[in-house]
Amino acid sequence: MGKTMFEKIWDAHVVHEQDGNAILYIDRHLVHEVTSPQAFEGLRIAERPLRKPNATYAVPDHNVPTIDQDKPIQDPISAKQIETLRQNCKDFGVTLFDLGDIRQGIVHVVAPEQGLTLPGSTIVCGDSHTSTHGAFGALAFGIGTSEVEHVLATQTLQQQKAKSMLVQVDGPLSDQITPKDIVLAIIGKIGTSGGAGYVIEYAGEAIRDMSIEGRMTLCNMTIEAGARAGLIAPDEKTFTYLRDRPYTPKGELFEQAVGSWRLLASDPDAKFDTVVEFNTKDILPQVTWGTNPGMVTDINGKVPDPEKAENPKDQQAIKAALEYMGLIPNTPIQEIQIDRVFIGSCTNSRIEDLRAAAAVAKGQKVSTSVNAIVVPGSGQVKEQAEGEGLDIIFKEAGFEWREPGCSMCLAMNDDKLKPGERCASTSNRNFEGRQGKGGRTHLVSPEMAAVAAITGHFTDARSFEKH
Amino acid sequence: MQAFTKMTALAALLDRADVDTDAIIPKQFLKKIERTGFGVHLFHDWRYLDDSGTQPNPDFVLNSDRYTGAQILVTRDNFGCGSSREHAPWALLEYGFRAIIAPSFADIFYNNCFKNGILPVRLDATQIQRLFEEIQPNEGCQLTVDLEQQQVTTPQGHCFTFSVDPFARERLLQGLDDIGWTLQFKHQIVQFEGQYQNTAPWMFIQ
Repeated sequence: MGKTMFEKIWDAHVVHEQDGNAILYIDRHLVHEVTSPQAFEGLRIAERPLRKPNATYAVPDHNVPTIDQDKPIQDPISAKQIETLRQNCKDFGVTLFDLGDIRQGIVHVVAPEQGLTLPGSTIVCGDSHTSTHGAFGALAFGIGTSEVEHVLATQTLQQQKAKSMLVQVDGPLSDQITPKDIVLAIIGKIGTSGGAGYVIEYAGEAIRDMSIEGRMTLCNMTIEAGARAGLIAPDEKTFTYLRDRPYTPKGELFEQAVGSWRLLASDPDAKFDTVVEFNTKDILPQVTWGTNPGMVTDINGKVPDPEKAENPKDQQAIKAALEYMGLIPNTPIQEIQIDRVFIGSCTNSRIEDLRAAAAVAKGQKVSTSVNAIVVPGSGQVKEQAEGEGLDIIFKEAGFEWREPGCSMCLAMNDDKLKPGERCASTSNRNFEGRQGKGGRTHLVSPEMAAVAAITGHFTDARSFEKH
Repeated sequence: MQAFTKMTALAALLDRADVDTDAIIPKQFLKKIERTGFGVHLFHDWRYLDDSGTQPNPDFVLNSDRYTGAQILVTRDNFGCGSSREHAPWALLEYGFRAIIAPSFADIFYNNCFKNGILPVRLDATQIQRLFEEIQPNEGCQLTVDLEQQQVTTPQGHCFTFSVDPFARERLLQGLDDIGWTLQFKHQIVQFEGQYQNTAPWMFIQ
């Protein structure tokens, strides 16, 4: 019987197996300031060296400010955490893409950009959105700080093999729906724990149609369905994207790698534990209404009525979510007014995301009742966007143009919602308090966020004139 | 790491599904560079009325007197979803919880518990409902969680068996460090790396 892509990558990385537990070899370890200090400290206490410095790459992103990055950080605790990362990288010989370096940015934007993400590799990071790198056919997943320390010390992880799920997305990818809409629709259907215990492989016409950046958006949010990782078979688009990146293999070695990467795709007779099917014709622009990413409907939908819930459990969950979100049952989504817009995060802060938002913003004005910010995913994305004049388009329309970082996706820096403020956000989590205590988050695509900034309420991006 | 073998302790109920790690430990408390000091911030936004955490919210269930000193948390589906932050189990442990019983857990959180001497117990939703029904009306209700026998028992005599990965179980029973265990296989790692460098040389950055 054939093997799935997941099985192929898994089998190629098992160092040792015992009672269903494997020691899995890790090719790339990405490190940021929030989940690593205790791990480096653990190494020091145990007097253990870092096993493989040239497989370990660090970047500060979670709590960096997005204004005046060239000046000292005002918050002393954030400053200390970033200084600790610098010191740890220095002490252990880890490459750091520091503030002020054009390569700095959100770890899951930076690593692919630098060519650190390769098909067939295993990639871990102390961050759940490590699933992003699955867009290249890499087995990539988030780990806790104890596991960060384990990888630093051994270049391996103890893992149990996950089950495999195939999510088939048929139908063409039109300009009417975005990868964000597709992934929100998937989570809406399978639920926030629907993927628990699985690695999800995405396949089908829409996936093949999708750009590498779109595939990153899709794999990024796979964790929101509870899955360990998302995977997409590498193809010509993948190889073209990777060629000549700073850390990708060069010349003959690259060609040799491509030859091997072509064999990664799941075999035609491979068996998945579960298969779920979608068709793009059934998917419209999505907007979340609740406090987890599975609480989602489309732009023509309404806020649900807890009285019509299928069971008491759902009824209770909807009620609690609507109370937190300050929403009245049966309100049409298009009538929900917003106060803030955030375009950024490891889900949607790449150049294509910014282009899509700028196409909406061009020649328009942000509603007087809305404050909108655009936070590019990395220094390189920022430079490229400025080269294309996107910053001018945004600024002329009344958006703030910021410096790279995680920013208001998790609000560890000063970019946060005030209690009760309502935000159209291109990020990945709408949990209570995620963007600031009492803040209300609606997850949408970059196009939908930009349109909402202009009209002041959720509006169908498909009917909005773009430039 | 502290071993977990068997404990009989006060159980608290948290009747919510999808409790995410942002709720368990909000991001403003993630800036510390130590592993300690998180317990006081556990469930901060639910637990306190003010930002500085000085005014307990009387409506938050864990603030009620009956749950003072609880070491076992019984809750609903998909507990610990969201980010990979290990600060979540650190906060739960420092607050006093050594066992969490739920129908399901998020993957990364589940693993993180074992690394910190917390036992996450999966029971099916009807068994969890039974626990809720027994604990709710009985103030001071203590459960026994036995990792050796893989059982949860209640004062009324219900006994629920749970499954747990034998490997993780063994480690937790003994309080063993994962890294030390893996390093026994140091030689295999070196050998693997040597072979792998031949089969996939492009993976290695010089």
